[in-house]
Amino acid sequence: MSAPIQLRPDETFILNVGPQHPATHGVLRVKMEMDGEYIVKAETVLGYVHRMHEKMGENRTYAQYLPNLSRLDYLGALGYTHGHVLSIERAAGIEVPERAEYIRAITVELNRVASHLFWFGAFVMDLGGFSPLMYAIQDREHILDILEGVTGSRLTYCYYRFGGLYNDVDDEFIEATKRFIPNMRKSLKKYAALVTGNIIFHKRLEGIAPVSAETCRKYGATGPVARGSGINFDVRKNEPYSVYSDFDFDVPVYQEGDSLARYKVRMDEIEQSLRIIEQGLAKLPAGPIMTEKKPKNIKLPVGDFYQAVETARGSFGIRIVSDGDKNAYRLKLRSPTYSNMHLFDETCEGMLIMDALAFMGSLDLVIPEMDR
Amino acid sequence: MSLTLLNVIVAVVIAIAFAAANAAYLVWAERRGAARIQRRPGPNINGPFGLLQPPIDGIKLMTKQLMIPGGADKILFMVAPVLAMAPAIMSFVTIPFSENIVARNMDIGVLMIFAFASMGAMAILLAGWGSRNKYSVMASVRAVSQNVSYEIPMLITAITVIMVNGSMDLKAINLAQAGGFWHWNIFPSLQSPLMPVSFIIFFICSLAETNRAPFDLGEAESELVAGFHTEYGSMGFGLFFMAEYANIVIGASLTTLLFLGGWGCPFGLFPGVWWFLLKIYLLIATFIWIRWTFPRTTIYGLLNLSWKILIPISLFNLLLTAGFMKVF
Repeated sequence: MSAPIQLRPDETFILNVGPQHPATHGVLRVKMEMDGEYIVKAETVLGYVHRMHEKMGENRTYAQYLPNLSRLDYLGALGYTHGHVLSIERAAGIEVPERAEYIRAITVELNRVASHLFWFGAFVMDLGGFSPLMYAIQDREHILDILEGVTGSRLTYCYYRFGGLYNDVDDEFIEATKRFIPNMRKSLKKYAALVTGNIIFHKRLEGIAPVSAETCRKYGATGPVARGSGINFDVRKNEPYSVYSDFDFDVPVYQEGDSLARYKVRMDEIEQSLRIIEQGLAKLPAGPIMTEKKPKNIKLPVGDFYQAVETARGSFGIRIVSDGDKNAYRLKLRSPTYSNMHLFDETCEGMLIMDALAFMGSLDLVIPEMDR
Repeated sequence: MSLTLLNVIVAVVIAIAFAAANAAYLVWAERRGAARIQRRPGPNINGPFGLLQPPIDGIKLMTKQLMIPGGADKILFMVAPVLAMAPAIMSFVTIPFSENIVARNMDIGVLMIFAFASMGAMAILLAGWGSRNKYSVMASVRAVSQNVSYEIPMLITAITVIMVNGSMDLKAINLAQAGGFWHWNIFPSLQSPLMPVSFIIFFICSLAETNRAPFDLGEAESELVAGFHTEYGSMGFGLFFMAEYANIVIGASLTTLLFLGGWGCPFGLFPGVWWFLLKIYLLIATFIWIRWTFPRTTIYGLLNLSWKILIPISLFNLLLTAGFMKVF
């Protein structure tokens, strides 16, 4: 038996949450200095699933790099590939047919709903309620089926091409999406009754882990995390890309900054995404889905290019520095959860471990996207 | 009744068999119930309706190697699971299933069950301390403070019932409630007008005492990995698991005996063990239903609920009952 540990009464101890821990939903490690159940200091340690996606972007041609983007965030992959194709199209001056842009918007929003649904289930599971996860997964399953029909894959999509799409949507896709929207609205009502109105749920989240707008700006937090803290910023509205300026939708913003506000933002966003999908299906123009004027080997002009898109987790930016070759000279990905996660260290000081892990759940972390 | 060695052995064997069978098949029932709530099939491969799943799980647990982590306190580590299971089985000895089916009826049956139930907290503490794992220690401290604070309102509520019925003998308490549901303790009487409140307090406390969701802070799996039994594998874990379900059965039995008329029929027809079993399994189904519906509470919310709400109400109820008994 090892020697007994001598502890002073005021001494703290180190608790390793992760790399393998049910609450981190991946291989994130949080080194916590604990005083009983209270966190004195926390330090997030990254790098367990680093795959050098940025370096790969410098070694591969732009087209070869396309599948890499969908391996960042396995829950909302379409948003990330969308960012890449948009940046290349803008830099190389490739025209995209309107129909393709509409289909892109519809599929990205479907993917956003799927991502938020999965987050919803996992978040409630973090709080100890297991059943909502199953309901959410069932609804998400419909989206995955719809997207599988047009993209061919269920999770790591590579559907967009420079100048258009891989294939056109069929009537089945449109019918299934039209069927899905009212069903999803019904489910949202059910979630509101089962989870949002629950008193235990409210007590766990209300006023817990308030993040000020100031802190969000300091760490560069975006997406639902920033919008839950009263920052009215959504790339789709503020710097409209693709055909988002054609759609009528609201950006849900809550001022409280607590875990409940972040939860509400995401639940409201599902409804807004459904609105966008509805409008997109109604306006969907006929025409080609792929531009004809496209060089076979895409070479960007010399320069520095940046494109931001709003993914399910926040603002995703891709910066490409080109020296005129067929691959990037330098490539940098700005992933939203990387910035969002760093709120955690500062905010969770002095919190109970229980609330801190609920807070971590409300940040919607996807580790492979953070580590890239 | 002469107490022979044979009698004792038969009684204990039946108690163990009942506890073990209940533990095994309640796991099955819980998994099927959870599956029904979550719209999935649940265990349905082994045997009809998956009924062979519990024995197969048991064999799996028994054939696994019992690992003792390095640095753990060996004796405490081995003792804790046994200490969790033994009091649960002992409590079965004094529970009357019907007028005649009782292993050993005692004048102080209620007291004995509470005495054994409070030993369960010790098992959790030893398990957490003995494993020398930070998560386990934190979880066991939580579980013990929870058990201690919920035993108080539970006992006070039990005292109220005992005062009204004038006995600590579970059999006598039940005979006092015989003859139809309007005689049950759950309904307000002239002597104790707040009986429904007592029932709700008792039910909440028995949920908390058995460490069940939404009060499962001792094994909060999303925070503390698996709580106090993180380091246990094999039958060590199996015993904790069985003890949890045995405690659920005891909690449901006690609630039935104290409030729901035990083996009595709601309409005064055919009283017997079947009514008792029906009532406890209905209560257990409610336990399962609650577990798969609600998220977990926080530890401070839980302790606040006990010390600031349940204990004052149950004390007030006790005083009120004492006063009314004096007047009427």
